[in-house]
Amino acid sequence: MEQISSRTKWLLTGLALVITLFHLVPFYILITTSLKKVGDFTSKWAFPTTFDTENFALAWEQANLGNAFINTAIITICAAVLLIFFGSMAAYALARRTTKLNKYVYMLFVGVMVIPPLTALVPLYRLVVDVGLMNTHLVAILNNVAAFMPLTIFLYAGFIRSTIPKELEEAARIDGASTLGVFFRIVFPLLKPITATVLIISSVYIWNDYQFAIFFLQDSSVQTLTVALAGFFGQNSSQLNLVAAAALMASLPMVIVFLFLQRFFIEGLAAGSVKG
Amino acid sequence: MAELTKAPEKTSMKTKSAKSKRSRRESSLWWMYLPSVLIVVLFIVYPFIDGIRISFTNWNGFSQTYDYIGLDQYKRMFADPDTWLVVKNTLLYGIGSTILQNIVGLGYALLLNHNLKVRSFTRTVIYLPVIISPLIMGYIWYFFFAYQGGALNDIFLLFGKEPINALGNPAVNPYIIVFVNTFQFVGIAMIIYLAGLQSISKDYYEAANIDGATGWQKFKNITIPLLMPSITINMVLNIIGGLKLFDVIVALTNGGPGNASQSMSTFMYNLYFARQDAGYAATQGVLMAIIILVISMAALIYFKRKEVEA
Repeated sequence: MEQISSRTKWLLTGLALVITLFHLVPFYILITTSLKKVGDFTSKWAFPTTFDTENFALAWEQANLGNAFINTAIITICAAVLLIFFGSMAAYALARRTTKLNKYVYMLFVGVMVIPPLTALVPLYRLVVDVGLMNTHLVAILNNVAAFMPLTIFLYAGFIRSTIPKELEEAARIDGASTLGVFFRIVFPLLKPITATVLIISSVYIWNDYQFAIFFLQDSSVQTLTVALAGFFGQNSSQLNLVAAAALMASLPMVIVFLFLQRFFIEGLAAGSVKG
Repeated sequence: MAELTKAPEKTSMKTKSAKSKRSRRESSLWWMYLPSVLIVVLFIVYPFIDGIRISFTNWNGFSQTYDYIGLDQYKRMFADPDTWLVVKNTLLYGIGSTILQNIVGLGYALLLNHNLKVRSFTRTVIYLPVIISPLIMGYIWYFFFAYQGGALNDIFLLFGKEPINALGNPAVNPYIIVFVNTFQFVGIAMIIYLAGLQSISKDYYEAANIDGATGWQKFKNITIPLLMPSITINMVLNIIGGLKLFDVIVALTNGGPGNASQSMSTFMYNLYFARQDAGYAATQGVLMAIIILVISMAALIYFKRKEVEA
């Protein structure tokens, strides 16, 4: 950050505002579209003259968004909890015990990170059908856990190696605590910052996931928000006002979480990138 | 990749002299990672390997029987003009988004690295799309670009011009997809560059000022070389994200018209579910895995080497 003249500062502030406005355009259009009555063909740029929540009620009901919210929440919460529980435990063993086996296992996880998940689509679909997990929450949960496990282990292992002192665990072990006891009572609480990062990254992606959900959750009873929305768009492509209302409602929870916890979203990413 | 696999060795080297005998006697604690290994093998490794096997068959995706037909699907793939169209699009999405996200993201970071009043507000607005589903982001931009009642055509109509069908025009719509993907994820690049810029010591710039360096010289000789680690992360993240693009395409064009804007992901999806051509879909999957692997490794090695030079 260099010293700049106040005139330059005003110019740069102006530029930043223009950029901000540009980035707000699609959201402005989303909001005006969602508020206008179906059949209102005034310009998308014009602000609606009447405020009407009818679109929201209609979209909520027709797209079955209530049900989709519950499904999405169940899948996101369960997957995030399993990721943190199994991922942190795995990373602890891999980071602390450098046996030959553990090195290979760690390499397996790191190697899996470069496999594009979609390339396994065909056999995975068959596997899921064969074991009877089609259209269940469980398949979406397990699949998301698998997709994020390598990154989770990578992040936890790096954090454990660089910041958790071994002496703490050794002292506890002398006191006769079991390995699992040492991990959950002493190590896990110290992992809070990286747990927050893992929780945020994985929740956002799992909440927003479409490409896996569309394969495995086609039945309307288990549909997540993105799948419900895609179906709704297919039926209402001429009634964009309703689609806009549904899209707005589906995005709102994450937007609210983001606005309140912004610090964690941005700091986690920044810290991870500087270290990595 | 090199960086990722090196990490565990580094620590083990450090502790080797003191601990090597003891750690060999210690158990691997394998039961602590067994659940994670099982789930990753079942959902990623096994399907990936089984996919290679299926690529040598004529399986239709649902019947119980199928035949092994050797390299026929591969011959078909290389002779199929759609393959090259789709590979071209995938590369455009990957490389185009990477270039755009890095230039714009670095520009935004340089701007917001100044102590402006609107700084945190601008940062929030630019980052916001990152947390919205790419599918929904695609729909939001659909409201902008749509032929009938789209915001862009509302402007054209205002000036008495003919409305354009941008999303239905195969010469234009792949670029719209690159634009939307960039718009959505440029916030990540910006934050990573901002963090990188803030870690550069002011002393370098002060020394350069004494030597009378121009702004461009400082940018070229101080900022860029010291920003190399951030550039590597952004390049690799963006290229992998762009090559795997799926949701945005489904929302904006559904791959059309015809296959004009199809990426390898959406193409595979159509082959499997719409055309019941599972064997061929698996073959396309193998090609996609190879392309993503080669390009992301090449990018990683190239930028890592640059980091060392700098």
